[in-house]
Amino acid sequence: MKIHTEVNGDAVEIEAEPRTTLADALRHALGLTGTHLGCEHGVCGACTVIVDGRAVRSCLMLAVQAEGARVVTVEGLSDDEALSPLQASFRKHHALQCGFCTPGMITTAHALLSDEPDADADRIRDVLSGNLCRCTGYINIVEAVLDARAAYRGGD
Amino acid sequence: MPGPPIAVATDMRITNTYIGSPIERIEDLRFLRGKGEYVDDLKRDGLLHASFVRSSVAHGIIRAIDGAAALDLPGVHSVITAADIGDVIPMIPLRQEPLPALRRFEQPVIASDRVRYVGEAVAVVLADSPALAEDGADLVRLDIDPLPVIADRASSAREETLLFDENGTNSPITLTAVLGDADAAFRDAPYVRRESFSVQRYTAVTMEARGLLAEWDADSGRMTVSGAVKVPFAIRRVLAAQMGLDEAQIDILENDAGGGFGVRGEFYPEDFLIPFAARLTGRSVKWIEDRREHMTASNHARDAECELEIACERDGTIRGLRGRAVVDLGAYMRTNAVTPARNIVQVASGPYRIPNVHIEAALQMTNKTPVGTYRGPGRFETDFFRERLFDMAAGDLGIDRVAFRRRNLLTSDEMPYSLPTVLPYDMNTECDSGEYSITLDRCLEMIGWDAKADLQGQLIDGRYHGFGVGCYIEGGASGPREHVRLALEDDGRVAVYVGSSAVGQGLETVHGQIAADALEFPMDRLTGVFHGSTTYLKEGFGTYSSRSVVMGGSALVLAADDLRASIRAAAAQRLGCAADEVDIIDGERAETPAGASVPLGELADAVPDAETSFSSNKRTYSYGAHAAHVAVDPKTGHVAVLDYVAVEDVGRIINPKTLHGQAIGAIVQGLGGTLLEHLVYDEGGQLLSGTLADYLMPTMSDFPTIRVE
Repeated sequence: MKIHTEVNGDAVEIEAEPRTTLADALRHALGLTGTHLGCEHGVCGACTVIVDGRAVRSCLMLAVQAEGARVVTVEGLSDDEALSPLQASFRKHHALQCGFCTPGMITTAHALLSDEPDADADRIRDVLSGNLCRCTGYINIVEAVLDARAAYRGGD
Repeated sequence: MPGPPIAVATDMRITNTYIGSPIERIEDLRFLRGKGEYVDDLKRDGLLHASFVRSSVAHGIIRAIDGAAALDLPGVHSVITAADIGDVIPMIPLRQEPLPALRRFEQPVIASDRVRYVGEAVAVVLADSPALAEDGADLVRLDIDPLPVIADRASSAREETLLFDENGTNSPITLTAVLGDADAAFRDAPYVRRESFSVQRYTAVTMEARGLLAEWDADSGRMTVSGAVKVPFAIRRVLAAQMGLDEAQIDILENDAGGGFGVRGEFYPEDFLIPFAARLTGRSVKWIEDRREHMTASNHARDAECELEIACERDGTIRGLRGRAVVDLGAYMRTNAVTPARNIVQVASGPYRIPNVHIEAALQMTNKTPVGTYRGPGRFETDFFRERLFDMAAGDLGIDRVAFRRRNLLTSDEMPYSLPTVLPYDMNTECDSGEYSITLDRCLEMIGWDAKADLQGQLIDGRYHGFGVGCYIEGGASGPREHVRLALEDDGRVAVYVGSSAVGQGLETVHGQIAADALEFPMDRLTGVFHGSTTYLKEGFGTYSSRSVVMGGSALVLAADDLRASIRAAAAQRLGCAADEVDIIDGERAETPAGASVPLGELADAVPDAETSFSSNKRTYSYGAHAAHVAVDPKTGHVAVLDYVAVEDVGRIINPKTLHGQAIGAIVQGLGGTLLEHLVYDEGGQLLSGTLADYLMPTMSDFPTIRVE
């Protein structure tokens, strides 16, 4: 079946079976392989994308449910020229190692700070506790998100 | 404090200062944008996707495998079983500590007549999409007659049921660490205490599960396998023997990898079956392990118990340590299955002066997923056994537990200090250097040990407070050698090829720092650090046992020395002067004192690649002390880690940013293993914690306060 949606600002038509998850459609139909699958049962958060402004686990959403939606993946958060302020903060604070959970961390944190640019450390820990990371021990991720808040304040 | 033996180039001048600088990682630029390339990101035309049929029975005889219904499904291409492989099913050889007696317990690449754990591969279904392959796998009918299940160490030791009837035992080997005369030390000892300890089964659970893409070119007879990590050259060696190919016919390629921690990258059954499927069908075949599959198909770890006994003088001076550990090995002896048990006995005495040691570790087979090395294999277990027993002994003797440790910690005067010999391997190693008490003192100071002593055991706001402290040593830099190649490219920059492997630890950045400093080049004069793949070098050893920086890094320093000499020689010829008059400026040009110069790119054809190895069989021993302040809720049993301090002497620091990141991440993994993670089996050999909803890993909320120095 054909699914019409907007991904990273572009209108796209996806040909996919009804059972195809949004994650598989993004990865394989559109080649947006920045969205990673760590568990495919909604626990690890690596596949998180932003659908109509909300952080969503793309392994638990069918592609067909994205009909008419606006989807943003990690690839849509920066251009080829420079890292976004949030991405740059992750790099500055060494908030990633193997990079596999990172797209989900970035999308989840972006959705959080877009709504709550003043989120404190407890709030950040609470919201991002749904995203598993096996490498970093999380401490630098919290620092990175805290440090990126300024970029989301005012005008954004 | 002395560091590990990084090789020192003869004419190296420190004009750059990358080593020791917390520079931001090169890798991050692609990872943060979603531009990393992990194995499932690889695309090929005409690809077949593999899904495995795995045993749901822990122990049984295979009566029949019926793939007919699967083959009837449109889109399913083939169902491969042991019968398709031939009369002789290849075995997966031990990579470390091999002994002939152990090989009888190795794993076949596919179960043919008997299954020995839930998750053991029985058949491979190939189809046009991953979903169709899974549909097909669901339709394969397995007829397995169950056998009695060996669900734990005790029933394994009773040997009423054998995993391998022909071997006559469920215990492949017992290792023994020996130093001095333990029995004599225990005889007439003023104080003796014996206790039993255990560490449960858990494992790495990398965020990216395993995956492989195999491509067979029948015309040229070439096999290309992507998705390798850790030990690509060893993978190639095994695969070549199993498939009857020359190593030169096989390329093993490394991609970005979502974590390793020792578990990922060893030779697994799939490492044969996917390339085999590609050759059988003449099609490219991809397999991506799903999470549930990962929990039974990838190596498990830990799962050891130990009865440990200590003998002391009344003043707390340790006379001896003796005991017996039993490691639950699971159903087969995998590539590095001996290593955890070896470490349990070898570093049982840790950083302490214990003159008499006799500790055994028996490997015991059960109907569970096989175990392998995982982050601090055996050390995590044995450090806990020892440090906990020390606390008990100090308590009995009425000695402060810190004073007890201080009395027995090794001093720099005693280095090098030989650890017990491990039999039957006759393996010896020694603590190389360090002042162990400094890390303990600093750790206690940072956590405020003395100031907070009154809190110990106190009930405050409904929680009991407590403090713990422990010391450790960690052997790294496994030999025998590592290989690198530096190539001067036409644009005048240098390409860095290393046999070390990247598992997410920042290898490209850290090796880039070492190479740039050794070459006296700015880092942007490197085209990149190319790692792991067998296409880059004639040999390589890989990334395990904390070896990449010491072994690979030291090889880079040697190679940089060679490349600079070649550049000088080529420039001298071009500029008509002596080689030792040539200066290499900014990694851009070679110059004479008179001011004549040539861009390095123009010398590329005249400068041979600098290819060299660094060899060493001497292990490095980092060490340190950790202390924790916890609060326990007696109503729920919940343990809150209020503060955690680690002070470690790791030798020379290449990148403080990545080093601290590694240390914090490792501590949180360790806390997960201590407080959260457990691979739980029932008496029928079924894994009960086989999803991430059941297997609890630390989240961002669990351990917010970790301090590392």
